[in-house]
Amino acid sequence: MSGEAIQTTYREAVRAAIREALDRDERVFLMGEDVGRYGGCYAVTKGLYDDYGPERIRDTPLSECGFTGAGIGAAVGGMRPIVEIMTVNFSLLALDQILNNAATLRHMSGGQLKVPVVIRMATGAGKQLAAQHSHSLEAWYAHVPGLKVAAPATLEDARGMLWTALEDPDPVILFEHVMLYNRTGELAADADAVPLTGAAVRRDGTDVSLITYGGCLFKTLEAAEQLAADDIAAEVIDLRSLRPLDDATIMASVAKTHRAVIIDEGWRSGSLAAEVSARIMEQAFWELDAPVGRVCSAEVPIPYPRHLEHAALPQVPAIVAAAKATLGR
Amino acid sequence: MSQTEPTSGTPQAHKLHLSREHALHLLREMLRIRAFEERCAELYTEEKIRGFLHLYCGEEAVAVGVMQALTPTDAVVATYREHGHALARGLPMDRLMAEMYGKQDGVSRGRGGSMHLFDAERRFYGGSAIVAGGIPLAVGLALADRMQGRDQVTACFFGEGAAAEGAFHESLNLAALWRLPVLFVCENNRYAMGTALERSESETDIARKAACYQIPSAALDGMNVIAIEAAAREAIAEVRAGDGPRFLECRTYRFRAHSMFDAQLYRDKAEVEAWKRKGPILRFRHWLEAAGMLDADTAERLDAEIERELAAAVDFAESSAWEPLEDLSRDVCGCVTRGEA
Ligand SMILES: Cc1ncc(C[n+]2csc(CCOP(=O)(O)OP(=O)(O)O)c2C)c(N)n1
Repeated sequence: MSGEAIQTTYREAVRAAIREALDRDERVFLMGEDVGRYGGCYAVTKGLYDDYGPERIRDTPLSECGFTGAGIGAAVGGMRPIVEIMTVNFSLLALDQILNNAATLRHMSGGQLKVPVVIRMATGAGKQLAAQHSHSLEAWYAHVPGLKVAAPATLEDARGMLWTALEDPDPVILFEHVMLYNRTGELAADADAVPLTGAAVRRDGTDVSLITYGGCLFKTLEAAEQLAADDIAAEVIDLRSLRPLDDATIMASVAKTHRAVIIDEGWRSGSLAAEVSARIMEQAFWELDAPVGRVCSAEVPIPYPRHLEHAALPQVPAIVAAAKATLGR
Repeated sequence: MSQTEPTSGTPQAHKLHLSREHALHLLREMLRIRAFEERCAELYTEEKIRGFLHLYCGEEAVAVGVMQALTPTDAVVATYREHGHALARGLPMDRLMAEMYGKQDGVSRGRGGSMHLFDAERRFYGGSAIVAGGIPLAVGLALADRMQGRDQVTACFFGEGAAAEGAFHESLNLAALWRLPVLFVCENNRYAMGTALERSESETDIARKAACYQIPSAALDGMNVIAIEAAAREAIAEVRAGDGPRFLECRTYRFRAHSMFDAQLYRDKAEVEAWKRKGPILRFRHWLEAAGMLDADTAERLDAEIERELAAAVDFAESSAWEPLEDLSRDVCGCVTRGEA
């Protein structure tokens, strides 16, 4: 790092990453609905069409299954596609291609084929978009062997994960939480690729491990701040990679704090939080001083009105309460 | 019904006995939709309405024309751009406005908002925000009618963007193969968000696509409410008679942004203005005046009535309660009752 920092947004960091990838490797191209002339439904790709043209910034028809599958095919054929899907709810139209082709081709072909495709999509709630635009289905993808799944939450990760994902020989799904796009902050002017795997400790603490990812990271950091006011030192772990999970970082933290709460915008049943909790039980049971806690979304399709949407999602007071509960407070 | 050149011309060119009363009804319905949505846009700016808000301004003739041909027991499936369909289908304006606010007295208890309007009693099945997602649903509703021996029709509305999705093609094939009572209505407003039809379809004639599935189809001037009503009446009579699905492509235009966040850099202002001059309300109004069916007094009375209805709807929405937080998890699943699910 040269030490020089720029003020930027999460959105701009993703855009800078796409630019860099297009500049570095001519096999890279981006495709998706309204990514070109329109500039992307969340304005992530604004300006790229003018600079790179319609061959490399490809607007697609409304055909999620078709163009995602074509991205997978193009990857098998030697290209390095970045497929953008507007939001995770719409990715379900492409789930067949992702599961039955991208995730399986290497294995089914006895290792002959590789699928170096990157699929980016928005995820999550918070904009009152109701039950067909607001879900967090990261866990569905993290369930699948053959995929790598990551959730960049910070500017560094938004800027740095894409290139690593493109270099990966396997399909990578990147989840961008809709509430992160406008986040501003400082980023090193020479910010570069970051590893795709490995969790990060975002705040050190000794009393309880708060384990989270994506859109919940900043709520969790805020909760940690509030806990500090009550003399509780919470450690905050950002999973970053949802598949594979970084067990070592999680267990090292639990071995230190002896308590864990997992914060996950997915629905509780069958969630990533459930998986992390089970792993703690399997690998660090004797370290625990309290049952593992979870703060997840209520088990309801996300409702439209603000107060109900808010109540359906993990919020700071619930995180604080769950952390205190592990300490009997 | 085989031509794919849009039928145009003046409203009276169509075989439809048009009484003054009915003509004024059509105008009134279009005006109600326009007024409702313009108020919604203001309320959005005031942050009373949130989330996505997709306005139908410019396309009113399609919903109003088709709805005339349906009976109360027919079914309607629409998209996220469905305020007009809901109003034309007879959903009360006050409960619709309450839904826009997210209030408990809304047609969907406030759970859905603008994109998810429902009314089971009026057989209005949404309000689907997954492009093309409503089309298989419509086929299934029609299948249920067929299997239970009811001579009901399902009208299914969607944009031309939906024609690129697999669900569109699979559904058209199924409906044609099984000769199901569906009227497919494509609202071709030329843009799917920022993507012009020519940039998203190898075959831009949507009616021809439907014809490939052996579905009799026609392209219509989507700005002509009379032409649409006439075509819908004819098509629905055929569908109801058991002759299988029909397909109407209504060529129209969206006057406003795709939703409330859209700088509209993908089209010329001049193009929008040119279409506005062909607008369904403007044109029909002029025609009614020329035909001596609309005088200044009547026009004023119509506007005043609509203004009153709208004001009452906003008051209703304002005073309606928010659903209590304790209800958050209600209506996720029903209770199991024997014999009826
Ligand atoms: C499966 C799916 N993909 C993408 C979207 C995002 N989206 C919402 S509306 C729209 C454009 C649809 O255009 P069209 O079908 O022509 O209908 P219009 O909006 O013009 O009425 C897009 C891309 C979505 N809602 N569902």
